[in-house]
Amino acid sequence: MNNKVLNNRAWLLVLPMLVLVAFSAIIPLMTVVNYSVQDVLGPNARFFTGTEWFHSILNDSALRDAFVRQILFSLTILAIQVPLGIGIALIMPKRGWQASAVLILITLPLLIPWNVVGSIWQIFTRGDIGLMGWGLRELGINYNITRNAGDAWATIILMDVWHWTPLVAMLCYSGLRSIPEAYYQAARIDRASKWAIFRYIQLPKLTNVLVIAVLLRFMHSFMIYAEPFVLTGGGPGSSTTFLSQSLATMAIGQQDLGPSAAFSIIYFLVILLVSWVFYTTIMHMQKDKNPHGGA
Amino acid sequence: MYRLDNAQQGEKYNTIFSRTTPAQRRKRNARSRFRARFLLGLYLFLMILPIYWLINMSLQTNSEILGSMTLWPKNLTFDNYIGIFTNSSWYMGYVNSMLYVALNMLITICVALPAAYAFSRYRFIGDKHLFFWLLTNLMAPPAVFLLPYFQLYYSVGLFDTHIAVALAHCLFNIPLAIWILEGFMSSVPKEIDETAYIDGYSFPRFFIKIFIPMIRSGIGVTLFFLFMFSWVELLLARTLTATDAQPIGMIMTRTSTASGIDWGTLAAAGVLTIVPGILVVYFVRNHIAKGFALGRT
Repeated sequence: MNNKVLNNRAWLLVLPMLVLVAFSAIIPLMTVVNYSVQDVLGPNARFFTGTEWFHSILNDSALRDAFVRQILFSLTILAIQVPLGIGIALIMPKRGWQASAVLILITLPLLIPWNVVGSIWQIFTRGDIGLMGWGLRELGINYNITRNAGDAWATIILMDVWHWTPLVAMLCYSGLRSIPEAYYQAARIDRASKWAIFRYIQLPKLTNVLVIAVLLRFMHSFMIYAEPFVLTGGGPGSSTTFLSQSLATMAIGQQDLGPSAAFSIIYFLVILLVSWVFYTTIMHMQKDKNPHGGA
Repeated sequence: MYRLDNAQQGEKYNTIFSRTTPAQRRKRNARSRFRARFLLGLYLFLMILPIYWLINMSLQTNSEILGSMTLWPKNLTFDNYIGIFTNSSWYMGYVNSMLYVALNMLITICVALPAAYAFSRYRFIGDKHLFFWLLTNLMAPPAVFLLPYFQLYYSVGLFDTHIAVALAHCLFNIPLAIWILEGFMSSVPKEIDETAYIDGYSFPRFFIKIFIPMIRSGIGVTLFFLFMFSWVELLLARTLTATDAQPIGMIMTRTSTASGIDWGTLAAAGVLTIVPGILVVYFVRNHIAKGFALGRT
């Protein structure tokens, strides 16, 4: 990291990428900022409104509920997926054809388009034609995701765990693979217990990948849209309406340009803030690690 | 007496101090290994179940799906698949999706390779800020960009083209590609660059002839991730297309009509969206674990 050469001509290598990303990031973002402070009534009739839209968004109780739901959702899936992912990574076979087979099988849910994930679970949980819905009903459980908010919540959590735990597991698996065999041999000589091996050898090696995993999972869960949209449509009522869906309804469905733009900016800033904390943590960890040469 | 093999070297010491005999220990190990296999099997079984159900439904007629609960298709039928493959409005959805994913992979890798090289080898004014700004694009909720994208691509006349979706997906794919590639490139010793320059290689020749072949597994993994994120994204793809470049995910919504939902076709179309992913993951299976850690382990 420290032996990089100072060379400002490197900008030339970055330039093509910069132009492209700027086209698809900065121009749209400026449009959003533009809308958020104006009231657009027609092609030539627009007024400067200042922070009015921001005030109305921050005082909107429906959006505040969606925000609380969103936080709850993200924390719940993190609390389930991270330990589960570590657990799966620990029991995955390390070599041979079984390792390849398990790897391919485990990544499978990650490669399914998000709306198809929604469709799969919609079918799977239906009381009449779905295995899970039918099975639960046969067991005498009153399970109905279109009517009971609790069932809808549980199903969405289950779906997300099914969909994204593989990502955490794969990250941990790659972290575990980078531990030299000599560490385990030393532990065996010391007669270390399984727990001690996990606590003092495996977990420290995993922290790096775990931070990436938490960062990615937090980001993605905070923007979740297609899966709950297909599965429950945000219902029953608005019990499973998350932020992205509220935003899409507002922007596309109701065409409220001003408020939805203000909402977009607040939404983006929240994600940015949390991610920045994670990012600086990663960078600090890498900086701390280098002088000691690994471990 | 027992034989020492490599994996059990520790046991030599254990037998001196430990009360458990090697035989007991081996038995315990075998039991815990069995338990691990069992738990892994259970997880995989539960994971496959929803996908199995989709495949199961795709091989049944609608009357069988709605008529009774069948754990496997009693009257195996491929009509749902045949229906998709013979109807151009259906299979063009797959072609459209493939086209914009391929375009996106091509554009992204071409601009990300030099940029990642710059980040991994040089310090330059504003490099850290630029890198973080790139990552912020990875964090941007697509829903935020819905409306501006629609207006932007409409105004430049790219609406409903494959290139529009490919460009839109660059928003999160370029930062991701740079992040992964930078990790792989940083693990290549810098001395290789220096030796090549001393040997008289120009930068472009060195980059294409020597450097790219050295990180080809990293490029493979990057392409896999680009495919994955472009293939699964639908919100932007749906917003930027109407008819000519419509992705398969959007066409699937057509199965629900006034007369009810055509479950068999929906399931078959769903199964077909999983297939390309399996093919792609098969090619990178040996490097994928490293790729998930962004080349940094």
